[in-house]
Amino acid sequence: MTTINLVEVENVTFGYDRREILKDINLVVPRGKVVTIMGLSGCGKTTLLRLIGGALMPDRGEVRVDGRPVNRIGHGELFALRRKMGMLFQFGALFTDLSSLDNVAFQMREHTDLPEALIRDLALMKLQAVGLRGAADLMPSELSGGMARRVALARSIALDPMLMMYDEPFAGLDPISLGIIGRLIRQLNDSLGATSIVVTHDVAEALELVDYVYYMSEGKVEFHGTPDQIRAGRHPSLHQFVYGEPDGPVPFHYPAPQYRSDMLAQ
Amino acid sequence: MMQRVAELLRALGARVIDSWIWRLGFASRFLWLILKESGTSFRRFHLTIREIYFAGVLSLIIILVSGLFVGMVLGLQGYDTLVRYGSAEALGVLVSLSLVRELGPVVAGLLFASRAGSAITAEIGLMKATEQLSAMEMMAVDPIARVVAPRFWAGVISMPLLAALFSAMGVFGGYLVGVRLIGVDEGSFWSQMQAAVDFREDVLNGFIKSLVFGVAVSWIAVFEGYDAPPTAEGVSGATTRTVVTSSLAILALDFVLTALMFRGA
Repeated sequence: MTTINLVEVENVTFGYDRREILKDINLVVPRGKVVTIMGLSGCGKTTLLRLIGGALMPDRGEVRVDGRPVNRIGHGELFALRRKMGMLFQFGALFTDLSSLDNVAFQMREHTDLPEALIRDLALMKLQAVGLRGAADLMPSELSGGMARRVALARSIALDPMLMMYDEPFAGLDPISLGIIGRLIRQLNDSLGATSIVVTHDVAEALELVDYVYYMSEGKVEFHGTPDQIRAGRHPSLHQFVYGEPDGPVPFHYPAPQYRSDMLAQ
Repeated sequence: MMQRVAELLRALGARVIDSWIWRLGFASRFLWLILKESGTSFRRFHLTIREIYFAGVLSLIIILVSGLFVGMVLGLQGYDTLVRYGSAEALGVLVSLSLVRELGPVVAGLLFASRAGSAITAEIGLMKATEQLSAMEMMAVDPIARVVAPRFWAGVISMPLLAALFSAMGVFGGYLVGVRLIGVDEGSFWSQMQAAVDFREDVLNGFIKSLVFGVAVSWIAVFEGYDAPPTAEGVSGATTRTVVTSSLAILALDFVLTALMFRGA
């Protein structure tokens, strides 16, 4: 049975040890859409992405991808599901002992019996899609940060996934690379007929390219809506986040004892 | 006073359980997973061959040179002692038995732990720190089958071969010093060695020792790498632990194996 939403997160609570990272999260990602999860660093965005990918299991609640509960299926079924998912890690996570081409071909070699010549052609096509066919023989150490991110993107779409997950795809990129990655996320989503989740705190870039936004703060979904609704949002912490105000509901100072008493302490 | 002693004992107990028993249990489960997922290492043997090159072939220089020098020192020291009893011709026996039974497996094991074991730990630890293992898992490829098991088996296969080469090179070193330099009779050197060294008692037992050391070092190296905290300090600490734990394990296992193998023989 095909559901309207490719990803459904229902009442999910998750914590490390006794520290709760996510509190009663509910969100859905409709098929074919690009949805972003925004929020401050440390608000639990990446943890949520890992829960959707089945790398972590929620303490309570359920995560469903393509109708299947990720947290209740066996190892084999989870791996079968992951073959239909692609994930771009924050710094690419390319295999440093393999060339760009071999990185892209990795999944094809692991999961298919395709002849080597065909794998090479397919990998080159994926590299062409991100504009780096010319860098096929370069090793990850020879690539710039932006190029490495693009090779990693080519690798994550190697098996034409139905769900693409991006973990901070814009972090640490120059403006040109940032624009290229943003355009590629949209293009690849639409041309592959995939669904994408982008975890980021880069407001300007994200609001330009996505269909729907979830804003998280302190482990909770505070607000969700279209990019226009987000821009017009009156929610104080969201307003501070979108317009980059240094002080507001999210304080400038980390909680500390009184300044005076700290200064006078022996 | 009694309360303080009790608290101290409690803290000591908690430390032993947390840092030793728990880790040993985790390491045992990890070994079981490696064995369970070892099919790939043999079905796609080129993965293991590649690791044998890194762990074994690249360790050859240090093993061969060390073997030669250890053999040469044995030749000098052995001759100095034996000549006092008028049995310098037995130098070949002394050199070969020392190497095949003890020094070959033990010294080659210690060198293997510092050269290849530390490299395996650092590589797996850095793969973890740079999220390469997580990426692999997200691509539905089990890192234990694809990364860990081939390195483990490469270590297990390389270690006995390196120990054998160490012993062979050591015998050659002993020959160079004893026969060529000092002038011990060449015929006695080789014939006494041939007569005294038993294949099953000495060579095979030495081989078993090196195989056990290979399992121990490879297990410790892959476990420390996989368990390393994903930070620079975490990986450096894990690498140090691999060398220290492997060396102690080799020496302790050597005592146990020697006691079992050479009881009054």
